[in-house]
Amino acid sequence: MLATPQTIAIMKQRYGAHCAGSFQPLEFGIELVDGPVTITLFPAGHILGSAQVRLAYQGRVAVVTGDYKTHADSTAQNFELVPCDLLVTEATFGLPVFQHPDPKQEISRLLASVQAQPERCHVIGAYALGKAQRVIRLIREAGHDAPIFLHGAQEKLCAYYAGQGVDLGNLQKALDRDKASFPGHIVIAPPSALRDRWSRRLPDPVICQASGWMTIKQRAKQSGVELPLVISDHADWNELTDTITASGADTIWVTHGREDALVHWCRSRGLQAEPLYMQGREEDAGE
Amino acid sequence: MKRFAELLETLVLTPSRNAKIGAMARYFETTPDPDRGVALAAITRDLTLSNLKAGALRQLAMDRVDPELFLMSYDYVGDLAETISLIWPQPAEGAGRTDLPGVADFITGIESRPKADVADHLAALLDSATPAERWAMIKLATGGLRVGVSARLAKTALAAYGGQNLAAIEKIWHGLEPPYTELFAWLDGRGAAPRIQPGRTFHPMMLSNPIDETRDFDRLDAGDYQAEWKWDGIRVQLVFDGESRRIFSRTGDDISVAFPDLAAALDGHAVLDGELLVGHDFQPLAFNSLQQRLNRKTPAKTHLRDLPAFVRVYDMLFDGDEDLRDLPLSARRQRLEHWIRQHEGGRLDLSEILPFGDWHDLARLRLEGAEIHGYEGLMIKNRQSRYVAGRPKGPWFKWKREPRLIDTIMMYAQRGHGRRSSFYSDFTFGIWRGNEIVPVGKAYSGFTDDELRDLDKWVRTNTTNRFGPVREVEKRLVVELAFDSAHDSPRHKSGIALRFPRINRIRWDKPADEADTIETVRALVD
Repeated sequence: MLATPQTIAIMKQRYGAHCAGSFQPLEFGIELVDGPVTITLFPAGHILGSAQVRLAYQGRVAVVTGDYKTHADSTAQNFELVPCDLLVTEATFGLPVFQHPDPKQEISRLLASVQAQPERCHVIGAYALGKAQRVIRLIREAGHDAPIFLHGAQEKLCAYYAGQGVDLGNLQKALDRDKASFPGHIVIAPPSALRDRWSRRLPDPVICQASGWMTIKQRAKQSGVELPLVISDHADWNELTDTITASGADTIWVTHGREDALVHWCRSRGLQAEPLYMQGREEDAGE
Repeated sequence: MKRFAELLETLVLTPSRNAKIGAMARYFETTPDPDRGVALAAITRDLTLSNLKAGALRQLAMDRVDPELFLMSYDYVGDLAETISLIWPQPAEGAGRTDLPGVADFITGIESRPKADVADHLAALLDSATPAERWAMIKLATGGLRVGVSARLAKTALAAYGGQNLAAIEKIWHGLEPPYTELFAWLDGRGAAPRIQPGRTFHPMMLSNPIDETRDFDRLDAGDYQAEWKWDGIRVQLVFDGESRRIFSRTGDDISVAFPDLAAALDGHAVLDGELLVGHDFQPLAFNSLQQRLNRKTPAKTHLRDLPAFVRVYDMLFDGDEDLRDLPLSARRQRLEHWIRQHEGGRLDLSEILPFGDWHDLARLRLEGAEIHGYEGLMIKNRQSRYVAGRPKGPWFKWKREPRLIDTIMMYAQRGHGRRSSFYSDFTFGIWRGNEIVPVGKAYSGFTDDELRDLDKWVRTNTTNRFGPVREVEKRLVVELAFDSAHDSPRHKSGIALRFPRINRIRWDKPADEADTIETVRALVD
C-alpha cells in the first residue's frame, strides 16, 4: 500500500493495523522511481493526507486526481495543480448545477439558526473522516467556541486530526449527556445516525447535513434535512473544469460521478475524453 | 423577493406542519398588501399566469448554457425551476444589477409585457438574483410552486394569523380573488368579513375516505348509512342562479365552456353536487367517452351529438340562496328530490339510493354491480352527515370494487420528479403479444419507499439502452399491476388502455415468460 503517512495512519485507525499486507509511506513531492515509471504524490485538498498521483513515463505525464477540491481548507493540505498530458479526474459533482457557495456563508446560516432557536439543538450529519473535522474548524473560525458534542463514531478521527495540529476546540461526548444539556448546542453525528435511534435522545433537533448534495433542495427534503449546508470536500463543476483547463492535459479520463457531462464538456473544447465506468460507484456514492 | 424565497425554502424543508403554518403566518404579518395576497395566491394555486410557459423558460436557459449539459442537469435534478436557478451563469463581478421587484410587481412585470419581451425581462432579473431568488421567481412565473403546502394548509395559516376559524375562511374563499385585500383587512381587524354571492361561486367539496374493510364494518352500524353506486365520471358542482350557469370540477376549476350543452340546461337557482357523465337517456358511457370531451376546451359538434353530457346528482348545497350545508344528509336529500321533481326534463337525474340490510348484503350488491354492470364500487354516507369542506374522517366512505390484476414485464424506466427526483420511479410495463412484448401502461405508484429503492437499483443494474432520460431495461422483471378497468384505445400499441394502473406486487420470483398475454388482458375490457 503506497500512500502518504497520514493516509496510512488513518487507514490503520479505521480498518486495523493489518488492513494491507505492507505499507510504503511516501511524502508529498518525493519522487519514487519504480522501473521506468516515476511516482510522485501531490496534495489533493480532499481530506488530511489525501493525494493526487503523478506518473511520469518516457516523457509523458499522467495525473490521477482521486477525490479532490481546490478550495482552501484548514484541515487538509492545499490542493496543488500538477501539469500533465493525461488527467484522470473524479466527477462527483460533474454537472453545472453544482456550484458550491463559500462555506463561511453556510456556517453563518447555521450559527444564525442556532441563535434564533436556542430551545432546540442542531445536529449536523457529517462523515466521520474529513467532513466532521472541517465543519468543526469552520465553526471555530466563525468564532463559535462553545463545546461541540460528538457521536461516538467521530471521536477517534477528531483526536487524530487534533494530534496532527488541527485545533478543533472543546469537543465532548454526546453519549454522556442528559437531554437538558443539548438545547442551544451543536451535535455532530454520522448522517446514518440522524434517522436512527441514536438521535432520539436529542430534544426536537434541527436536522442539518453538510454535503455538496445539499445544493438540490429535493435531495435535502428526501433525506429529511431541515437545514442543508452546502459544504463539500469534492470539487464543484467550476473547480473540475478549471482544473482540467489549467492542467494542460490533452486527454481526460473521467470517473466516479457524472462522467457523461464532463466528457461532453471536454469534447466540446477539443479535448480527448473518455468515461471510465467503474463497477459499484454509479451514483451518489458517499461524500 | 428575498423574503418570499426564504418562505418557500422553509416551506419545502421544514417537516413540521406547525412550523409551516408559523412561517406563513409570520410572512402575512410582515409583508404589505398586495405582495402577501399575491404570494398567498401563488401558494394556493389561484394565480393564473398566461405569459410564460415552461418551454420558453427552458429555451431561455438553453440559450445561456450548453443545451446538452442543461438537459443532463434537468434529468438529474428533476425540477425545471431548480435546474435553471442552479445552472444560471453568474454575471461577471461588477456587472450592473437591478433591484428585484416585490412579488406583486414581479407578476405584473411578467403579465403586462408583450409576450416577446417576457423572456429578456426575466433573464435580466435572474442575472441580479441569488440562486434561491431565481428559484422563487421561476416558481412564481410558471405557477407550479410544489412546496409541499396544500391550499388548505395555507388557509389554516390565514386562520391562525387572523384568529378566525378555518371553516369561516373556507366558506368565503372561492368568492374572493387575489390579492385578497378585503380578506386581510378582516383578518387584521380593520374591516368586516368579505361578503360573497353563493349563487356564483364554487364551494369546496366534501370528500370521502376509502373504507377499511377489516375495521370499519365492525364499528359502523349499517342502519346509519345510505349507499349509492360510485359513478365512473368526474365529480362536479353545478352553480346556477338563472343568469349565471357554471360547472366546477372538484378542484374548483370552471369547466362550463367544455360542456355548453349541460350548462344551457341548468334551470333554476341552486348549488348541486353530482357526477358528470356522458350518454343518451341518462345511460352513462364508459369513462373514456367522457375523457374525449374532457380533453377539449370546447366540444366538437360530433361530441355534442354523440356524447351528450348529463349529471347524476347526489347532494344539494344551496336551494336558492338558502345554505343547506348544516342540515343532515337525509334532509338535504329530501330537498334535492323535491327540487328535481320540480325541474324535470333537463340534464339532471338523481343518484339512486340502494336498499340494503346489513354490510354482507351490501358486499353482495357491490360484487353484483361490478360483475354485471361494471360499476366502479359504492359510496357509503352517514345520513346524519353535514356537508363539510375537505375530507373529514367518518361520515363518507368509498368502497371500490376489487381491482383487476395482471402480470406485466417492466420495459422502460424514467426518473421521477419532486420528492422522487433521482429515483427511477416512473415505469412502462408490457405484456406478451405472440413473441413480442407490447407496452400496456405506465405506473408511478403502489410501492413502498423500500421497494422504490430496490426498483431503482434494479433499473440501474439492468439497463440495456438509454434514450435521453429513459432507460430501457432487461425484459425480465415481472410486476403485478392493479387497475380499475380496461378500455379499447387505438392510441396504445397494445390497443388497450388501463384506468389508474398501479404496482400491486413486485414478482421478483416470477419468470417473464409467465407474464400475461394480450388475450387475457383483452378479456378484461369493459
